[in-house]
Amino acid sequence: MNIVVLLKQTPDTESVIRIAGDGRSIETQDIKWIINPYDEFAVEAALRLKEQHGGTVTIVSWGPQRVVESIRTALAMGADKGMLIDDEALEESDSLGIAKVLAAAVQELNPDIVLCGHRAVDYDHNQRGPMVAELLGWPHLPLAVSLECDGTTVKIERPVEGGKMVVESSLPAVVTMGGSHAVWNPRYASLPGIMKARKKPLDVKKLADLGLNPEECGSGAAKIRLVSLEMPPERKPGRIINGDLDTEGKAKELVRALREEAKVI
Amino acid sequence: MAESVCIVAEYRDGAFRKVSYEIASEGRRIADTLGLKLYGIAIGSGVSDKVQELAKYGVEKVLVADDPAFEHYIAETYVPAVAEMLQQCDPAVVLLPASMNGKDLSARLAARLETGLAQDSTEISVEDGKIKAKRPLFGGKCLGWYEWADGALVMISCRPNVMSMLEPDESKQAEVVKVDVSVPEARSKVVSVDMDTSGKIELTEADIIVSGGRGMKGPENFAMLEELAGLLGAAVGASRAAVDAGWRPHSDQVGQTGKVVTPNLYIAVGISGAIQHLAGMGSSKYIVAVNKDPDAPIFSKADYGVVEDLFKFIPVFTEEVRRLKSSE
Ligand SMILES: Cc1cc2nc3c(=O)[nH]c(=O)nc-3n(C[C@H](O)[C@H](O)[C@H](O)COP(=O)(O)OP(=O)(O)OC[C@H]3O[C@@H](n4cnc5c(N)ncnc54)[C@H](O)[C@@H]3O)c2cc1C
Ligand SMILES: Nc1ncnc2c1ncn2[C@@H]1O[C@H](COP(=O)(O)O)[C@@H](O)[C@H]1O
Repeated sequence: MNIVVLLKQTPDTESVIRIAGDGRSIETQDIKWIINPYDEFAVEAALRLKEQHGGTVTIVSWGPQRVVESIRTALAMGADKGMLIDDEALEESDSLGIAKVLAAAVQELNPDIVLCGHRAVDYDHNQRGPMVAELLGWPHLPLAVSLECDGTTVKIERPVEGGKMVVESSLPAVVTMGGSHAVWNPRYASLPGIMKARKKPLDVKKLADLGLNPEECGSGAAKIRLVSLEMPPERKPGRIINGDLDTEGKAKELVRALREEAKVI
Repeated sequence: MAESVCIVAEYRDGAFRKVSYEIASEGRRIADTLGLKLYGIAIGSGVSDKVQELAKYGVEKVLVADDPAFEHYIAETYVPAVAEMLQQCDPAVVLLPASMNGKDLSARLAARLETGLAQDSTEISVEDGKIKAKRPLFGGKCLGWYEWADGALVMISCRPNVMSMLEPDESKQAEVVKVDVSVPEARSKVVSVDMDTSGKIELTEADIIVSGGRGMKGPENFAMLEELAGLLGAAVGASRAAVDAGWRPHSDQVGQTGKVVTPNLYIAVGISGAIQHLAGMGSSKYIVAVNKDPDAPIFSKADYGVVEDLFKFIPVFTEEVRRLKSSE
């Protein structure tokens, strides 16, 4: 099987986020970069498919040069090759602009299946997978917590509020990964894997290499724009329920506070 | 000049989901400010019978696509149908629910309609006729305001439980337009559905959540939280540590790689308050923390903190809640 994973590099989930001087971007100097956790699940799922059916796993990412490191990590996990699209014309693109670039890359690679995260834990845009599917005119199966594929159809289980369902599609299709670490348990890169990854092919492309021009996917094409960032409102300082009280006293006081002050129970 | 603000309601299992009324209420406010009409789109199998429910929240006209093919949400069938109906509404602004299916529909629809989408927004402002949407980023570590290019269709999906609902006006009636949309042949299909019938409350829609972490020590002890939750009409959540240990299903995980929740009350029991957990519940209206470690980071976010052994405290607290509830 020819498998493509769309991978985004995001700040480590431990990162403290600070707003930069321009008021609309974040300070990046102290940030440690990781593979978006959901994309790591996608790499894991792709490698399991490859183990079952053979084939190749290609990692595709748009981003600056630092993303090479994350692609190499995915290659060290076992993926076969990488494609980085690094073009300054895309710096102010919106999600749809990037989706067009990713869709063009997918078209060039002509895979049986595309796996991606359901959201990237940076801007939480939560949209590029379905957008890529729409642009390709392919079905997509969202929020996968399991994935079965026989080479011609793909079947996933996904949650909906209040339950779950099983959804199936013929290939080619896009699947976005849901679930959590407990579900996908992504593998670590092994030492031999890291050695091998250094020699695996990693193409760096510009827009023109994908037959795209900035007018259709660059900043001029952006329909939506982040205009400002702000920190969340400080929470009012809370209080510790009186430490002198015994357990029952504390329980009574908490019930009273929730009832009379907060009015939430 | 566009004619309307348009909402896409979510209908499932015989009813509109509550978030549909939240976006109708928000849509009403925006339409009034902009001097536009408020239209609704209702799609589903059997949805016709329920469309007047939307009128109570200010929707003036509802376009309805009622077809057995729409029993379950499948992007391939829903997206073209909703796009076709939107075209008939001539909207300046489209509001959708940021539910699991709603987010999916919104994203694909935005690509089809060639516009920008502010997904999972928590606030919408209108100034001098221009719309801005606010969304939590980086798991709520900061907030971003988004604006649209001139002439672009404004598409916003709204986080459930955040936008306030209007008082329903039972006397209101909406004009109903049945639309014969074409249902395309879809390659994807729903094979089976397994709805929880135990009356469990969905985390993202719950008013109150009781969550347990590693401090719960084992799966059996969650019965204690289930009991408390039952009395409070609450949902039960968990930290990643409790999910990774296999004590709770992954669907209960709250946090940056789990569900993002905004209840009125979040009770964290035996949870330390790691940054990734806070990302999922930090914007809850009230937070209670029960932890035996007075230095646990969760206390810095809590409105009320209780420094106690949870195994001692929760049973006593549960009895107090029971007493309160039975006195009503
Ligand atoms: C990429 C990534 C994504 C992540 N995503 C998430 C996520 O989505 N959600 C999430 O929750 N975490 C997430 N985490 C994990 C997070 O960093 C923490 O490890 C996790 O939240 C810890 O869970 P906990 O608070 O239950 O456990 P701990 O941190 O071990 O805390 C247990 C707490 O219980 C208290 N306790 C113990 N016994 C008792 C008792 N008898 N009575 C009272 N208190 C007691 C202790 O004092 C302690 O504070 C993620 C981590 C990474 C790296
Ligand atoms: N720059 C990117 N390069 C490659 N894939 C991306 C990029 N941005 C987003 N994606 C994919 O789209 C998913 C959803 O991202 P987002 O819409 O940004 O939340 C991610 O989990 C990735 O799989």
